[in-house]
Amino acid sequence: MKTIPITDLAKVIRSKNAGPYELTLDIIFKDQAGFEKTIKSGVINKTLIANLYNISPDKVINIVEFPQALAIKATIVRPRPSGALGETDVYGAQQHAPLLNIKVPICS
Amino acid sequence: MKEYRVLSPTAILGYGFPESSFNEGLKYQPDVIAVDAGSSDPGPYYLGAGVSFTDRNAVKRDLEIIIAAGLERNIPVLIGTAGGSGANSHLEWNLDIIKEIAKEQNYHFKLAVITAELDKDFLLDQLQAGRITPLHPAPELTAEDIKKSTNIVAQMGIEPLIKALDEGAQVILAGRCYDPAVFAADAIRKGYDPGLAVHMGKILECGAIAAEPGSGSDSALGIIQPDGFIIQPLADNRRCSVTSVAAHTLYEKTNPYELPGPGGILSLQNTSFEQNSDKAVKVTGSKFVPAINYTVKLEGAKKIGYRTVSIAGCRDAIMISKIDEIINAVKLRVKDNFQKQGYNYNLHFHIYGKNGVMGDLEPTEATGHELGIVIDVVADTQETANTICSFTRSTMLHYGYPDRIATAGNLAFPYSPSDFKVGPVYEFSIYHLLEVDDPLKLFPIQMMEV
Repeated sequence: MKTIPITDLAKVIRSKNAGPYELTLDIIFKDQAGFEKTIKSGVINKTLIANLYNISPDKVINIVEFPQALAIKATIVRPRPSGALGETDVYGAQQHAPLLNIKVPICS
Repeated sequence: MKEYRVLSPTAILGYGFPESSFNEGLKYQPDVIAVDAGSSDPGPYYLGAGVSFTDRNAVKRDLEIIIAAGLERNIPVLIGTAGGSGANSHLEWNLDIIKEIAKEQNYHFKLAVITAELDKDFLLDQLQAGRITPLHPAPELTAEDIKKSTNIVAQMGIEPLIKALDEGAQVILAGRCYDPAVFAADAIRKGYDPGLAVHMGKILECGAIAAEPGSGSDSALGIIQPDGFIIQPLADNRRCSVTSVAAHTLYEKTNPYELPGPGGILSLQNTSFEQNSDKAVKVTGSKFVPAINYTVKLEGAKKIGYRTVSIAGCRDAIMISKIDEIINAVKLRVKDNFQKQGYNYNLHFHIYGKNGVMGDLEPTEATGHELGIVIDVVADTQETANTICSFTRSTMLHYGYPDRIATAGNLAFPYSPSDFKVGPVYEFSIYHLLEVDDPLKLFPIQMMEV
């Protein structure tokens, strides 16, 4: 099966705190076609996010599609509250990197 | 119903904005100028210590321009979450700046100061009464958390702001505030749809971030019409697109369809976005759904100790290949050395180049050819933190790990002194919802003539 790197389809891939206890991951697509291809492939799901972040699936709070913004977003439990001992990223703004490697399978 | 216009100068008071953009916004004859000054994003320190994450001179510069424009046009100026976190000390800090500007410019106006800090005894009673619930995934609140917190604030909704406007405030300086509230309060007071007003506030609170290119240091304008609202940036080189505005709606939120706030939920199930002009986007269909029980969000932080850090680098391939064992050995050496003293401390190593940014979330097992090492110590006292950091640094510098060839020293220090005394360290201790009977009661308004 053919795959397309998510970075070819997405305009924005980012991470940020959603309050001090959650980390939210946004993928915003360049166009409707890329958004729909990715949704249809089903590649972005709780198992994928759990694997990409080395966490158990129950730490993935939700995965939401937001067609108005051509976006798919996933929210996970922060490993620790923002700024707690052992913190590595207070704003949570550099936790998006594993998403850059997603490959979207395309049925031809 | 005529159009209602809100000018948002900048994402955070003190982040600055070009005067050209702000003046462009004034040409639209805005009904209010509103600015959000706060965020919990910079972490627990600022709420806990009661200090601002923005600089005083930068805040004064922004306020000089904003207040002058508001007074000149006789339109209200609303400032939300004063001083970054909105506790009483933050409010006083910002009030002092406003008083200084008024004195220098010989302004006289009616100022409302609205506090948002909560009394611990009151909160302990509320906890006992079962009126405080955690915001998942925050843990259950304990009485100990309340007692240990240095500052506890509640996020006010639009109600106290409306009351201050009714009492004739020309400038409102509010403590911790739901971010969209300062943008929405006057519009809702004048009968505009709360769903549109709050959603518009949610976008405007970040200045021109919802534009392309986005910027938190630039101005944006929101216009409420009978059937929707329009968002547009004010600088020539920016434009709002359907995706840039829609995408901002989901920014920093768990669920973009339901955005909870004081007294209800902003529902975006039926929201649509359309290009209204080359630069502007029109949003329709956003609804405010009042909650059965009015709740406000509580935020608190507690002091957990004092920090000392030392920053170093490592370029030796043999040391890098053994870095995990070296860290463990150094930790044991430190522990053993001060066994008798019984120091209470937390020693943590940030290893940049090896999971330094993502820690446990890191899925990739790759190591850089050089490592950045931050020795991070938090202890009960600054003196203990200094002792542990210093001893860890010297132990690691000279540690004779197996197969070592470079015997002169294991670490490259960019600075002398090598250790930094950071001072007090805080942790978030409260992130909960409190049920209230009256949305005004927690937020006393003080009216003053400046």
